[in-house]
Amino acid sequence: MAERDAYGEEQQDRERFVVRILLALVILAAILLALGWRLSGLQVGAHSHFTTLSENNRLRVEPIAPTRGVIRDRNGILLAGNRASYQLEVTVEQAGDLDSLLTRLRGYLELSEADIERFRRGVRQRRPFQPVLLKAGLDDETVARIAVSRHELPGVEIEARPLRFYPLGSKFSHAVGYVGRINQQDLQRLDGRAYAGTSHTGKGGVERYYEELLHGRPGYRQVEVNAQGRVIRELSVTPPQPGTNLTLTLDVSLQQAAYRALAGRDGAIVAIDPNNGEVLALVSAPGFDPEAFVHGISQADFSAVRDNKRRPLFNRALSGQYPPGSTIKPLVGLAALNEDVTTADREMFARGYFQIPGHERRYRDWRREGHGRVDLSRAIAVSSDVYFYDLAHTMGIDRMVPILGAFGIGQRTGIDSTGERAGILPSRDWKRATHDEVWFPGETLITAIGQGYMLSTPLQMADFTAALAARGERYQPHLLRAMDNGRGEPEYPLPVNREPVTVDGKHWDAIHGAMVEAVNARHGTAWGSVGSTRPEYTIAGKTGTSQVFGLGEDEEYDEEELAQRLWDHALFVGYAPAEDPRIAVAVLVEHGGSGGRVAAPVAREVMDAYLLEGSGMTLEVPENE
Amino acid sequence: MISVTGREMSISQWALRSLRLDSVLLVLLSILLLLGLAVLFSATGENVIALERQLMRIGLGLAAMLLIAQVSVHALRAISPWLFVAGVLLLLAVMWVGDVGKGAQRWLDLGFMRFQPSEVMKLAVPMMVAWYLSLRNGRPRFRDLVATAALILVPVYLIMQQPDLGTSMLVGAAGFLVVFLAGLGWRWFLGLGVAVAAAIPVLWSQMLDYQRQRVLTLFNPESDPLGAGYHIIQSKIAIGSGGLYGKGWLNGTQSQLEFLPERSTDFIFAVYAEEFGFIGVALLLLLYFAIVARGLWIAALAQDRYARLLGGSISLTFAVYMVVNIGMVTGLLPVVGVPLPLVSYGGTSLVTLMVAFGILMSIASQKRLVNR
Repeated sequence: MAERDAYGEEQQDRERFVVRILLALVILAAILLALGWRLSGLQVGAHSHFTTLSENNRLRVEPIAPTRGVIRDRNGILLAGNRASYQLEVTVEQAGDLDSLLTRLRGYLELSEADIERFRRGVRQRRPFQPVLLKAGLDDETVARIAVSRHELPGVEIEARPLRFYPLGSKFSHAVGYVGRINQQDLQRLDGRAYAGTSHTGKGGVERYYEELLHGRPGYRQVEVNAQGRVIRELSVTPPQPGTNLTLTLDVSLQQAAYRALAGRDGAIVAIDPNNGEVLALVSAPGFDPEAFVHGISQADFSAVRDNKRRPLFNRALSGQYPPGSTIKPLVGLAALNEDVTTADREMFARGYFQIPGHERRYRDWRREGHGRVDLSRAIAVSSDVYFYDLAHTMGIDRMVPILGAFGIGQRTGIDSTGERAGILPSRDWKRATHDEVWFPGETLITAIGQGYMLSTPLQMADFTAALAARGERYQPHLLRAMDNGRGEPEYPLPVNREPVTVDGKHWDAIHGAMVEAVNARHGTAWGSVGSTRPEYTIAGKTGTSQVFGLGEDEEYDEEELAQRLWDHALFVGYAPAEDPRIAVAVLVEHGGSGGRVAAPVAREVMDAYLLEGSGMTLEVPENE
Repeated sequence: MISVTGREMSISQWALRSLRLDSVLLVLLSILLLLGLAVLFSATGENVIALERQLMRIGLGLAAMLLIAQVSVHALRAISPWLFVAGVLLLLAVMWVGDVGKGAQRWLDLGFMRFQPSEVMKLAVPMMVAWYLSLRNGRPRFRDLVATAALILVPVYLIMQQPDLGTSMLVGAAGFLVVFLAGLGWRWFLGLGVAVAAAIPVLWSQMLDYQRQRVLTLFNPESDPLGAGYHIIQSKIAIGSGGLYGKGWLNGTQSQLEFLPERSTDFIFAVYAEEFGFIGVALLLLLYFAIVARGLWIAALAQDRYARLLGGSISLTFAVYMVVNIGMVTGLLPVVGVPLPLVSYGGTSLVTLMVAFGILMSIASQKRLVNR
């Protein structure tokens, strides 16, 4: 009985289903008839109407790419410009036998396997009357030789296109950035209409940050084409609006001097004018050849650059995050004065280590035997770790963090370039959020000497040094000095003043004095390499070493025993002239060792180049500018 | 045992049977795919590389179809709920990744390939609804309606959030068709129609001016001749100038001169209509109708409710794709970005459709096995 019910149920279900299917088929047939009716209306009823429209449909709009704005340094020296690049194109339908043409062309220029492969791909993707690129970047001589022999090379055309070039090359690759061919990812980001005729776009640095200004607006030309799609005549033209020319705050001679001062070592230098935030030099060494990306870099070459151990593509000045080491001490000292934790004349006896009362662990000074009796100024000058351990222990992390934050540690400066990173300003909250752990008192101590969790970028270090020099005035670091869109006077954006650091005037004096002492007193850490050579103006500064390799409590750092890749980074921050600061500099030499011995003289060379006329200010400008 | 019809089988018949393929469906699909390649070659401006790529996708699709055809209907039924749950989780994952990446996200990067979970839902939703209804007897009742509505609307909502309106509508249609085929009472359809009609003025009053403008453009593209209207105007010129016999293969001026946008993807039907004329169009519509009818025939002969509902839904969803695309290209429906099934350039929708036809093949061979 039950079985028969189930059978009946199944039977009923199937019948219902078949009814629905038939219904669906009838509906579908009706819809298809309606579509057919519509199509017959278009194709048979209105055929002549649409044929007329189709035949009149001979007007086409073609985009005209705008000329990209050029980039110059503050003195008008060209950093990024456009020049005609010649490329060879072949129209297959006129060329006859392709193989024989390619063989003949080899007599005029070199054709790589890759060129030919790309050409053959292009031929298969386009119609016979459309020209296909064979070789880009021809030199003048090749162009001339081919032009003379045109009659022997049917179907061969030389096209001139504007292409980006960087006369000063790799020294400015990180400061200026570069352009490259528009790829799939770029297409998602860019407005397809505005880029219809454009082949390149800014990929990094200023070139990327100011892409919209530099690119300009495309123009259009309306053309009439014949039935095969060939242009018969031009009907109207809307000219493109060229991109805005930019003048940067960079100084070519200073940048070159800074690059030279690094003498082939890896590192970064940032120089800022503390009176307005203008970035005068922005070096990350080694650099890379930006033009390789313009022409389209091969996969092999790109891998070689990317995997290079010295990481030339890495912008150390903006993206490199390093423990700031002892360069942070002036800020910690300022915090302690401001919080009334100490006074400028309080002295203590600094031994070779520090212990938190009631704890066993010894926090060692970089100098085994300690520094003896020191006050704040001397503690900064000799870079006593123990003095700052003591200060930090009394002050506590919660009172230290706000002022370090006010100087911008742990925040992006907001510079007008790409790839900037924020560094880390450790605090109780930060540690709970990232490590889910409580803050230990010992961590306060190592934070006060710029080790442990704390990270900062060279740009940030130059930025806080500029703020120190300007007694708390904090101008936004920026690279753009002027914009000129060719329609009227150039526009100079005003410097942006950020929230200042407000501290009692006498505290500034104390810290400034200490930084002068660090360079110019016999016991200062930068005395041997800088102060003893008697510079023509007064330098205020602070040395630092940034640990790469963690040492145990009782271990000793010995440069000779360690491989150089584990050497400390050498750091120096400073400004000059001390009485009326015009330049603030941060220097980082990767694995350079001691900050006083290695980084301070580099900073001095940069300051010399800027402050002393005729010294180091020789321009290296290539002829083809 | 082999001679069900009393005739001896030829070798090709034997091969098709042992591969569990339905010969009629296979022949119809092959004609459509070959026709599609010919139109594509013309639409891309004789681009051999694009042709090779599409050929590779077709190969992949055929392989997927062959593979799925070997899976028994019982196994398909058994994995339906798991596939559905996995699909929903993947949609949530995509949403989460999209949130992190702060942008529209439809893809999940698996490292070796990118993968679009909403595409899985085009099959997982009808499979799930069919699975649910196969557990129930008789016409769907109110509680079945509520349950299936939830099963359909959750993924539809998630896909809409991506945002991908076109796909979410197709997924919804695939699920709804299962309920329709299961014999949902007419009064429910009436109720549904009334509810939708009532919701429209409410939605309209909630919309901002620019949103209303967008909807109006959707239904009247000619009002925006430089934007969405341009597609439709050019597409109608292409179709209309094709006439009764067409301009001939590779000779369509509208498409060859690149006036027609999206001519190798969503608007490929206009290229076909321009070059093959009304006669070609009528034959193409017939071919599509034949494929749908064969699919429904297979579903009608299926042995259980699950197979029946799923097979029917797959066939009718295929018809919906085709109707929506052609309606869009001829200016009858708003431009929503649905490709012409098995003809438009592109891989994802092609492979999904071939998998769906693999399921139909599996249903077809189940019938045969039981009959025998």
